Amino acid sequence: MSTIESLPTGHAHDHHDASYLTPKGGFWTTIIDWATTVDHKKIGVMYLVAILVMFFLGGVAALAVRMELFAPTAFEAGGVIKNQVLTGDGLAGGYQNYNRVMTLHGLIMVFLVIVPSVPASLGNFLLPLMIGAKDVAFPRLNLASWYIYLFGSMFAILAVLLGGVDTGWTFYTPYSTTTDAEYWRVVWMVLGAFILGFSSIFTGLNFVVTVHKLRAPGMGWFDMPLFVWGIYGAAVIQVLATPVVGITLLLMIFERLFRVGVFDPALGGDPVLFQHFFWFYSHPVVYVMILPGMAIMSELIAVFSRKKIFGYRAVAFSSLAIAGISFIVWGHHLFTSQGPVGAAVFSALTFLVAIPSAVKVFNWIATLYKGSIDLKTPMLYALSFLFLFSIGGLTGIYLGALSVDLQLHDTYFIVAHFHYVMMGGTIIAFVGGIHMWWPKMFGRMYNEFWARIGWAFVFVGFNVTFFPQFIMGSQGMPRRYADYVDEFTIYHVISTVGSWLLLVGFLIHLFVFLHSLVAGKKAPPNPWGALTLEWTHTGPTPIEHNFHHEPVVTHGPYDYDDVPPPQTRPGEFPMPDPLPEGAERH
Amino acid sequence: MSTISTDSGHGGPAQDERPYHEQYHAAHHFRNRDHEFDAVKMGVWLFLATEILLFSGMFCAYAVFRMLHPEAFINGSHYLDVEYGLINTLVLLLSSYTVAAGVRCAQVGDLRGLKRNILITLVCGVAFLAIKGIFEYGPKAMQGKLPGVFFSYPNAHDPNEPLWWGVYWVATGIHASHVIVGIGLFIWLYLRANKKHFGPRHYTAVEGVGLYWHIVDIVWIFLFPMLYLIH
Repeated sequence: MSTIESLPTGHAHDHHDASYLTPKGGFWTTIIDWATTVDHKKIGVMYLVAILVMFFLGGVAALAVRMELFAPTAFEAGGVIKNQVLTGDGLAGGYQNYNRVMTLHGLIMVFLVIVPSVPASLGNFLLPLMIGAKDVAFPRLNLASWYIYLFGSMFAILAVLLGGVDTGWTFYTPYSTTTDAEYWRVVWMVLGAFILGFSSIFTGLNFVVTVHKLRAPGMGWFDMPLFVWGIYGAAVIQVLATPVVGITLLLMIFERLFRVGVFDPALGGDPVLFQHFFWFYSHPVVYVMILPGMAIMSELIAVFSRKKIFGYRAVAFSSLAIAGISFIVWGHHLFTSQGPVGAAVFSALTFLVAIPSAVKVFNWIATLYKGSIDLKTPMLYALSFLFLFSIGGLTGIYLGALSVDLQLHDTYFIVAHFHYVMMGGTIIAFVGGIHMWWPKMFGRMYNEFWARIGWAFVFVGFNVTFFPQFIMGSQGMPRRYADYVDEFTIYHVISTVGSWLLLVGFLIHLFVFLHSLVAGKKAPPNPWGALTLEWTHTGPTPIEHNFHHEPVVTHGPYDYDDVPPPQTRPGEFPMPDPLPEGAERH
Repeated sequence: MSTISTDSGHGGPAQDERPYHEQYHAAHHFRNRDHEFDAVKMGVWLFLATEILLFSGMFCAYAVFRMLHPEAFINGSHYLDVEYGLINTLVLLLSSYTVAAGVRCAQVGDLRGLKRNILITLVCGVAFLAIKGIFEYGPKAMQGKLPGVFFSYPNAHDPNEPLWWGVYWVATGIHASHVIVGIGLFIWLYLRANKKHFGPRHYTAVEGVGLYWHIVDIVWIFLFPMLYLIH
C-alpha cells in the first residue's frame, strides 16, 4: 500500500501539503476563503456547525414544550391557578403559544436538523474521502446548496420572529391555508421549507453522481464502505422525493396568496390530496433521515468490534431496498382519511419496510459476535442505536397494523415511536459519528471520559423522556395537546425530568467538543485503526485536495482479519491468531 | 468548473494561443474531459428526473380534480384556443430541433451553425411566451378567467370553474417560468459561443442546456392535450 507519501511528514513542502484547516492568511482572508470555498470538507464543517446551532434551537423549543406539560395550566373552582411557561393573553393565548413552540420544534428538527444532519455534514466531509475522490462531482453546486440552506433557514426564522406558526410541521390544509390570514407567517415558513428542498436536492444529486462517477481505481461498488451505500440510498430518495414536496408547497403558497382552491374544500379542492402529496415526500424523507444514521452504524460497529461486517452485500442492498420501499408506503399516514381498501393495501406494504431494516440490525448484531469490542464513546452510541432503533422499529410495526393504528393514531404512542426512530436512531448515530470522525475533522482527540459521561446522560435521559410516552399514548393521551387530565400527570412529569437529563448530556458533549478544539490532544492519523481511505490515506486532517495521488484500493473496507491498519504503532491492533487448517472465519 | 488548467506543472508555453475549448482540461477532481462530461451529463439527467417529478405532482392534481369535477374541466377546456396552443406546440417542436442541431454543430466544430441554432431556439422561446402572453394570458385575465378568488368571469357554467383556472394558470405558469429560465440559459450559451468556448471536445454546457430544453418541451407536449384537447 502506497500510503507513506500521502502523509504530511512533519514539514510542509508547500500549501498543497497543509491541512485543509490551515488558514490562508489573516482573519478576513480566512473568512472569505471559508465563505467561498468549494472544498467539500469545509462545507461539511460549516454545515455541521449550522446544524448543531439549529439542533440547539429546536432543543430549546422541545424543553419549553416539556416545561409546559410538566405542570400545565390548572383549574380550581372555575379559576385558573397556575399559568405556566408559555403564557399569553389569557388561557387561549397561552395555548396558542404552546402550539407555536411545538410547531417550531417540529419544523426546525425535521427540515433544518435531521434531514440535512448526516448527509450534509458528515456525508459531505466523508463521502469523497471514502471513495478516494478529490471532491464531490459538483463542488460549486455543493456550496450553492449550503447557501440555499442558509437562505431557507432565514425565511423559517423570519416566520418565527414574526410570531411563529401553529400549523404543526405537517402544514395540513385547510387549516394552514386559512389560519393567520392577515400575516404572512405561514407563507414565509412554507417558502423556507420549499427553498430548503433545493438544498436537499442539490446535495443528493451531487452524492449520487459522485458515487457513480468518482470512485477511485480498484473501488468497485462492493468495495465501498457501507457508509457510502447508506448515504447513496438516502441521496436517491432526496433526488426523487423532494420535487414532489416542492410542487406541494408551491401549490400551498399559491393557495394562500391567490386562493386557487386546490386544497380547500370550500373552493372544490381536496385536502386529502394535500396529505397524499405531503406524505409522498415526507414518508420517503423519513428514510432520508434514518438511512444515513444506519450508514454511520455500519462503520461504528465494524471499526469498534474490529471485525469484518457480517453480510456486507445484505447490508448494502437493504439500503437500496429501504429506499425503494419508502416510496410505496406513504398511505399509512392517512389510514383515517383514505378509504378502507387503500388503507389495507398500505398497511400490508408498510410491513415490507421491516424486512430490510431487520436485515441491517441482525447483521450488525452478528458483526458484534466474537468481535473485540472497544467501548469507546462512538461504540456506546452504536449500541444505543441498536437498542433504541429496535424499540422504535418494532413499535412502527404496531402502528403499521391497521386495527392497532386506529386506536393509537394521534396519540403519544406515535410521538414516542418516531422519537425512538428519529432521535434514538438518527441523532444518536449522528452524535456517535461526530465522535468517531471528530479527530479526522479537527485533528484533535476529545476527552473520552467526559464523552462517556455525556453519553450516559443522553441514553438514560432519552429513555426517561420517551418511554413514558409509549405508556400514556397507549392509554389515550393525544399528541399536540397543551393540557391533559390528571391521570397522565405522572408520565408527563417523568418525561419532562428526562428532557432535563438530555439537556445535561448534550451540554456535556458541547463542553467536550469545545474543550477538544481548545486543548484537545493532537490526533494521530488513524486513532481507531480503521481501514477506510479517510483514515488510511490521509494525515491527521486531510490536505486540501484530500490525496496527493489518487489512491489505489487494494483491500476491502473491513478486512480487519487480513490487513494490519497502517499508521498505527506495532502491537496496537494485533492481527488475530491464524486459524487452524480447514477452519472458517465468520 | 470552467477553469483552464494553467498550473499543471508540465511547463507548457506561457501564452497558450489555442482556443478555449482546446485548452480546457477539466476541473481538478476529474481525470479528464470525458470523465467530467460523463459526470455532468448524469447530473443533468438526475436534475431532469426531479423536473419530471415536480410536474408529475401537477399532473396528478389535474387527474384528481378532473375526476372530482369533470364538468368544470370539460367546460373549461372549451375556453382555451386550440389554434394558439397548436402554434405554440409547433414553435417548441421547432426549437427542440434547433437545439439538437446546435449540439451537433458543436460536436463537429461548426461555431457559426451553433450560434445560429442557439439564436433560433432563443427566438422560439421568446415567441412562445409572447403568443402565450398576448393571445392567451392577457385576454383571459381581462375577462376575469383567473384562479380562485380572483375569478370574476360572469358567464361561468360550473361553480368549480375557478378551480379549473387555478390548475390552468399554475400548470402553464410553472411551465412558462421554465421557459424563461431556458431563455436565460440560451443567452448565456450564445455569449459563450461568441467567445468560441465550445468545440468538438468541449460542449458540455450545450448538451446540458439542450437536455433541459427538451424536458421543457416534453412537459408542454403533455400539457397541450391535457388542457386544450381533451373535451
